[in-house]
Amino acid sequence: MAIGVTNAPEKGRSSGSIINDPQVRGIFYQAITIIILAVLIYWIVDNTIENLRRANIASGYGFVRSRAGFDVGQSLIAFTSDSTYGRALLVGFVNTLVVAITGIVTATIIGFLVGIGRLSHNWIIAKLSLAYVEVFRNIPPLLVIFFWYSGVLAVLPQAREALTLPLNVFVSNRGVAFPRPIFGEGSEYTVLAFLIAVAASFLIARYANRQQAATGQRFPVLWTVLGLVIGLPLITFLATGAPLSFDVPIAGKFNLTGGSVVGPEFLSLYLALSFYTAAFIAEIVRAGIRGVSKGQTEAAHALGIRPRLTTRLVVVPQAMRIIIPPLTSQYLNLTKNSSLAIAVGYADLVAVGGTILNQTGQAIEVVSIWLIVYLTLSLATSLFMNWYNARMALVER
Amino acid sequence: MARRILTALVGAAVMGIGAHAASAATLDDVKAKGFIQCGVNTGLAGFSAPDASGNWTGFDVDYCKAVAAAVFGDASKVKYTPLSAKERFPALQSGEVDLLARNTTWSINRDTALGFNFRPVNYYDGQGFMVRKELNVKSALELSGAAVCVQTGTTTELNLADYFKSNNLQYNPVVFEKLEEVNAAYDAGRCDVYTTDQSGLYALRLTLSKPDDHMILPEIISKEPLAPAVRQGDDQWFDIVSWTHFALIQAEEFGITQANVEEMKKSTNPDVQRFLGVEADSKIGTDLGLTNEWAVNIIKAVGNYGEVFDRNIGTGSPLKIERGLNALWNKGGIQYAPPIR
Repeated sequence: MAIGVTNAPEKGRSSGSIINDPQVRGIFYQAITIIILAVLIYWIVDNTIENLRRANIASGYGFVRSRAGFDVGQSLIAFTSDSTYGRALLVGFVNTLVVAITGIVTATIIGFLVGIGRLSHNWIIAKLSLAYVEVFRNIPPLLVIFFWYSGVLAVLPQAREALTLPLNVFVSNRGVAFPRPIFGEGSEYTVLAFLIAVAASFLIARYANRQQAATGQRFPVLWTVLGLVIGLPLITFLATGAPLSFDVPIAGKFNLTGGSVVGPEFLSLYLALSFYTAAFIAEIVRAGIRGVSKGQTEAAHALGIRPRLTTRLVVVPQAMRIIIPPLTSQYLNLTKNSSLAIAVGYADLVAVGGTILNQTGQAIEVVSIWLIVYLTLSLATSLFMNWYNARMALVER
Repeated sequence: MARRILTALVGAAVMGIGAHAASAATLDDVKAKGFIQCGVNTGLAGFSAPDASGNWTGFDVDYCKAVAAAVFGDASKVKYTPLSAKERFPALQSGEVDLLARNTTWSINRDTALGFNFRPVNYYDGQGFMVRKELNVKSALELSGAAVCVQTGTTTELNLADYFKSNNLQYNPVVFEKLEEVNAAYDAGRCDVYTTDQSGLYALRLTLSKPDDHMILPEIISKEPLAPAVRQGDDQWFDIVSWTHFALIQAEEFGITQANVEEMKKSTNPDVQRFLGVEADSKIGTDLGLTNEWAVNIIKAVGNYGEVFDRNIGTGSPLKIERGLNALWNKGGIQYAPPIR
């Protein structure tokens, strides 16, 4: 096609028969492909509609406004059996989001620690990290979830004989119960003070950078920021009369009542996904750091830069360029693996959707909702990571 | 389009088979092949499960045997088809089985849309609760604040939500997709309460690590009438299955047992004489399409309803289910046979 275009760009096609024109041929084959695709899609959709009609199955998304009639054990937003199916799906979505985000954060932290540990000169740390990676990388995630659920959390004491930790935290096979803070009148000022402190910290950091670039003088950023972020809200908190109380869990007839409870379903899924994905992240981190040529470190040392600064300013920024793209895949994997929640009864999007599917029989609609939500989540994660990657990428001048 | 044509063909084929099976007399078919093909549960302790030597035993299995005894005078002329919950209806619709005795709830949808005839109810079941004895709970109304294990996507889950809501009780549902997962979670103490059909609870309790530590609460929060089912449109076969059940009930009411049935034939009570087919010119059995010995054969094969119940799921079995609603009508239950005359 390209040859024809370069030979006679303004004419649009070369001399000779129209059949031999590469451009016409290209358009022809693409049109054929599109037509086949369109017919195929039409056939699938028409077939589905016809079969649904034949089986007397009502279709459409109207069911999301009907009363759900069932309860959900773990919900961060208000939900009762009188709520709608749509609300139930939202509960599932929020639960998926929570386990994905907390899992990603934890997996990243563990992954970086283990990945750096594998490069350690300390033999024990290096071998322990290696063992960690090989164990968790080679076990299916479902088994890791069962390990945490049945092997660790289920053997904890019964709720009535819960282990009592400091600060009124109770651990039992029903999960971890801890005091729930109740914010009283005026606590919004403390939050406001915290936000102001964070904003101020950013400005100070920028000022310090500019100051250093201009004069070479370093401003003690860390201590100032710490003082601001902790001190300012603390002073506000005390000044407004410490408007905070706690709802402490108390042993009830069956369970601990009051306080907040994180159930074993969430914990096992969260821990399993974090530990499993961390094994892969560790390898990515190791590869990233190894991928930075040794000459870079040596050059930095030759310039008299201290080892710690060399790592922070020379090695890590270059390693990040190698790490970020595969890291994105791991984040996507973790999000999608969270649908294994169904095995331990965590009310994620798939578990709640499955219940709705069973109760309403709206299989196609529920499955399409799953597809769209996971696709959206994954694309959003990708977009964010691509943006971050672009920021970290080598700036070529 | 090919798919649509295929669907249509399969649909037509199924309809054809259904129509054929409905029009043919099942009794004649059964007599011709010499045995009854009976659909049973793949394994539910007390209802239908193979024993150590591979013979099917249980409450539902005894119903298959009773019908075989009524038809052939020989309870062994039964072949069993173990069916899962999903397989059971197509198996009966297609004529693969002659009789479905598989702890199946009678509902209007199954009676009409699926084209079956249910009746009579041989076991009145309902959703119940199981708890640990150490909790000292005597009633489901004391369960506020409990964690409840339940299988997801079932009517059980909906009944549970409705019951706790209407009684203003708080609870924390712990839901799983598979029955085995619910069992394991309850056994591990993840929840305080297990809810499903009450007969299922009794069967399940046997599989727990310490069955005696658990008790089943008296409350029943839903109606689950379990009944044998046959295809719609064959009234003769439907009558035979129905009256086999009523004969079992009537035998218990008369006090006729497997042991004393021969002796009872000499009874001077005209009702008993008529029932056992020893009355002069009796036509009850032949009107059913069977012999006049039909009731005697049933009782000889499996005993009366009370004996069937006790042996498989009642006091004489490991399940130890109380008669409750399944006691005779004159003993506080609702098992009742129309007059056999």
